[in-house]
Amino acid sequence: MSTNGVERKRIRLTVNGAPVEREVEARLLLSDFLRHELGLTGTHVGCEHGVCGACTVLVDGEPARSCLMFAIQADGHIVETVEGLAASDDALHPLQRAFWEKHGLQCGYCTPGMLMVLKAFLAENPNPTEGEVREAISGNLCRCTGYQNIVEAALEAARLLRQHS
Amino acid sequence: MKPARFVYHAPTTLEATVQLLAELNVEAKLLAGGQSLIPMLNMRLVRPGHLIDLQHVSELAGIHERDGGIAIGAMTRQRQVERSPLVAERIPLLAEAVRHVGHLPIRTRGTIGGSIAHADPAAELPGVLLALDGTVHLVSVKGERTVAARDFFVDILTTAAEPDELVREVWFPRLPERSGSAWLEVARRHGDYALVGIGAVVTLADDGQAVAEARLCFISVAARPVRATQVEAALRGAPVTPATWRQAGALVQEELDPPADLHASAHYRRYVAGVLAERALELAARRAQEGAGR
Repeated sequence: MSTNGVERKRIRLTVNGAPVEREVEARLLLSDFLRHELGLTGTHVGCEHGVCGACTVLVDGEPARSCLMFAIQADGHIVETVEGLAASDDALHPLQRAFWEKHGLQCGYCTPGMLMVLKAFLAENPNPTEGEVREAISGNLCRCTGYQNIVEAALEAARLLRQHS
Repeated sequence: MKPARFVYHAPTTLEATVQLLAELNVEAKLLAGGQSLIPMLNMRLVRPGHLIDLQHVSELAGIHERDGGIAIGAMTRQRQVERSPLVAERIPLLAEAVRHVGHLPIRTRGTIGGSIAHADPAAELPGVLLALDGTVHLVSVKGERTVAARDFFVDILTTAAEPDELVREVWFPRLPERSGSAWLEVARRHGDYALVGIGAVVTLADDGQAVAEARLCFISVAARPVRATQVEAALRGAPVTPATWRQAGALVQEELDPPADLHASAHYRRYVAGVLAERALELAARRAQEGAGR
């Protein structure tokens, strides 16, 4: 399909449990699709070349950098963003509660990426060591906290999630 | 929009893919996992007219046994290799090294074929392939051909693949009996590009007291992954002792001529290469003795 010579393709995917259908230009990044097309600005954009991890989302349950994917590559797949973490507007996901209680954020820019990578990591490794947590978030840069409270929050979230299950 | 405009193609068969590649040739770039290509597109360092997305070509994915080794389809994600019990059992050097490739959210997208075809001199997987004397299987409309790892990696981001060829599969041979392997690297942060990385293989003589064959393959010390062939020759027949590994480390520092860059000086790289060589050989030999690392 073409408008003004620009090729656009129709994609259908699931975002935070809801079906989404849009026509997109092939070069539109998944990160920009989420933010500009769907208004899901919780996914933050930092470096836009795969270094900072701020834009990390889950694709079919696996963490991925949304700035290193085209929206068109997510056609037919399941995408989860930070907006889909909490069960409702007035509730916090155990990960979010742990970050709140352990002061796992300062400016908050890296937080959505941290939360999403940790969601996938803790699903696979519910009882991690501190070292394993540090490795899991090694692809996510935080310039405020020095990571100490993020690691503590992740370990606290693991405890909360184990109690839940 | 970050990248420049391109025409997107999403073929579903290998036949259609090689046909497209033959037609478009240098106008097209192949999109595998995109973890190296998309950053380059985002920064407009590359501006291909056409992008051929390989993710729907199911023939390109999968891990299977072949010819006494393990063949891995080009579109197999690095994370699948990391999780594969078959890889862990048969090609432990690959299983050990793949954990160092980028970070978790990179490996979920990044592919084996993409890493091999990209040929970054700091990348782990080309180093593993060269350490194990593996092969790369290329396909084009003209047919298929197999290229040995030592001939495949030519220069920085440059391989023996022609513009109309694509990497179909990568083959990792199993090591002989009484062999052990080890992957070690030094990086500023786990998952960052290695300042120096080494894949070592030690095969013991029948009596277990001497080295029958040793292999040392380094990444991040040259324009492509390199074997320290002089050190390998010197190790043939050497006794399995700490002194042997220490001498090998010293020889590595003589043989290698690493470059300096923003991240490390040449002197530092050479020093680290020697230290890592000593440690990796010792570990590989111990695993060979334990029968745990073939």
